[in-house]
Amino acid sequence: MKYIDEFRDGGVAQKIAERLRQEVRPNRSYSFMEFCGGHTHAISRYGVSELLPANVRMVHGPGCPVCVLPIGRIDLAIKLALERGAIVCTYGDTMRVPASDGLSLVRAKARGGDIRMVYSAADALQIARQNPQREVVFFAIGFETTTPPTALAIRDAHKEGLANFSVLCCHVLTPSAITHILESPEVRQFGTVPIDGFVGPAHVSIVIGSGPYEHFAQEYRKPVVIAGFEPLDVMQAVLMLVRQVNEGRAEVENEFTRAVNRDGNLNAQALVSDIFELRPSFEWRGLGEVPYSALKIRPGFAAFDAERRFQLGYQPVADNKACECGAILRGVKKPTDCKIFGTVCTPENPVGSCMVSSEGACAAHYSYGRFKDIAIVAAA
Amino acid sequence: MSIVKKDYIRPLDIKNGRIDMGHGAGGRAAMQLIEELFLAAFDNDYLRQGDDGAAFAIPQGERMVMAVDGHVVSPLFFPGGDVGCLSVHGTINDVAMSGARPLYLAASFILEEGFPLADLKRIVESMAAAAREAGVPVITGDTKVVEQGKGDGVFISTTGVGVVPVGVDVSGRNARPGDVLLLSGTIGEHGVAVLSQRESLEFETTIRSDTAALHTLVAAMLQAAPGGVRVLRDPTRGGLATTLNEIARQSGVGMLLQEDAIPVLPQVDAACELLGLDPLYIANEGKLVAACAPEAVEAVLAAMRAHPLGAQAARIGSVVEDPHRFVQMDTRFGGRRVVDWLSGEQLPRIC
Repeated sequence: MKYIDEFRDGGVAQKIAERLRQEVRPNRSYSFMEFCGGHTHAISRYGVSELLPANVRMVHGPGCPVCVLPIGRIDLAIKLALERGAIVCTYGDTMRVPASDGLSLVRAKARGGDIRMVYSAADALQIARQNPQREVVFFAIGFETTTPPTALAIRDAHKEGLANFSVLCCHVLTPSAITHILESPEVRQFGTVPIDGFVGPAHVSIVIGSGPYEHFAQEYRKPVVIAGFEPLDVMQAVLMLVRQVNEGRAEVENEFTRAVNRDGNLNAQALVSDIFELRPSFEWRGLGEVPYSALKIRPGFAAFDAERRFQLGYQPVADNKACECGAILRGVKKPTDCKIFGTVCTPENPVGSCMVSSEGACAAHYSYGRFKDIAIVAAA
Repeated sequence: MSIVKKDYIRPLDIKNGRIDMGHGAGGRAAMQLIEELFLAAFDNDYLRQGDDGAAFAIPQGERMVMAVDGHVVSPLFFPGGDVGCLSVHGTINDVAMSGARPLYLAASFILEEGFPLADLKRIVESMAAAAREAGVPVITGDTKVVEQGKGDGVFISTTGVGVVPVGVDVSGRNARPGDVLLLSGTIGEHGVAVLSQRESLEFETTIRSDTAALHTLVAAMLQAAPGGVRVLRDPTRGGLATTLNEIARQSGVGMLLQEDAIPVLPQVDAACELLGLDPLYIANEGKLVAACAPEAVEAVLAAMRAHPLGAQAARIGSVVEDPHRFVQMDTRFGGRRVVDWLSGEQLPRIC
């Protein structure tokens, strides 16, 4: 595929790998957090870690939107389908996230809930138009990438005066999550999670631009390199981060210039700010309550806010005690550090959210990389 | 089946008619549906006898194979096919993957009250055409009608019987380290063609389902290298990845694939990229994967490439020793990864 295969060229990968081997300093280690699940997926799917020098470690961050969705939020969506009789529409990989009482949206569907997988917020809107006698709720999740389409759906529903459409808004913000990690005791005080820099998000940055990361680079002295989701993008970003570390720089650099600029998509930002406002606090799975880290629908569009429309009260629900998702999402632990990884918790029966989406650190390691944990014979 | 004089009853209104509960009640309406639709389409000596079952002779000295397959595809019509031809091809392929020559099919229809007769006729005729083309007649069948809301239009279950020629031993248990894995052509077309017709996903695509009966391709492969083909399997639901994991598990071996060697149409690759899906897990209905003894590979591959359904055949990897029965793949990028079982349904990624 043109514009894709160029970024998956094994020959170029070998060249970057060689450059990295030459440039890393043997007497130190490098830890970089890839914030986005898309990067985690690419690293696992293409075997990028194998091409990196042994002293360069990738830490999987909390950038998988499915993984950071707290149980209580999924419970609300299930309640809307099972108790309020609403048609609940959501993105594909949200369907399997474990909720309370052994449920998930997929299992709630099997119990009779009208839960539908959609590919965009606009599809949910269309379902509302086609079912005027039913309440249709779009369970909106995701970072800045998926927020503008939700805003557009609400704006269109408002213009049309659609009376049966609302949004259960769970959109979260990337910069607040990065700040939260940098402020966490593990990183700041205990030093248990060395983070030398960030591979910055791809799609998110198309919307918000590279500007919002400058604060981290300056304030926390952490270099950020924004990178695309192709494996060569990731390798190039790692090389750029290594160079910054070696030279003692902490800047925002942009590897993904083919799609990202400093300001981002101003039209999308304006639309989002018309429809949404900041929530003072929002619970993230694994990170707990994070201040000013999520969006809610402005009072002017209250009719389209499922939380107000159905008078939903949020009830936080604790994760399974044996599950280490929280620590894994903060980069404190690796999937294999979790006692239930690959035994009780598998992609078929995910206990924690990191095992659900292929972008989750546990699912990515289980699906693509677990052969590395076991010595096997693989003679051709 | 008895013969009802057509003069005394009004013919089926195929254009505007719909299935009602009477069509499943075993009375005159049911008889009329069978005669005017099913018998007309599938017409052959066995069906015309009108018994509840069909008696046929058993070839001497050969092993028989029986396979059954249920077809619940949605939508019922998709680019390149429909549930009708799919139900014929799928079952013929299940029989053929045992190395057998398919002989006969049986078909069971579960129809939903209210289903348009015109659509049913289209499906049945497509099924009949597929059976004729394959030379595998439908010799017995059954029809039931369920109330509206209790079905999804049409469910078709087909059973196939066939015979395994003497000396042929093909099974998922037979793969051995050193065997070479062959794939008959590009993967993912059926799944993407069906997906492209689903609600709200009408992307502009020319991708057609690859649905096809593979028994003549199988016969050519078996003939090319007697005893050389050890495993045959058609990678339908769950795609190539799941099929290879099944074989690895059955045979107690591992596999090592070369990503570069697996043929995928650029349109399929692009559609999967867009939806965050992996072509390795997408369904096929006209492809097969084989494990062959190393000395038989060239002959089998040549026979495959000489057949229209195997023109794109490729050597995609090999069977290796591995007590953990992992299927692994050397990626085009230069890394190595596990190609795991599909977990549940493959769901599109959010961004």
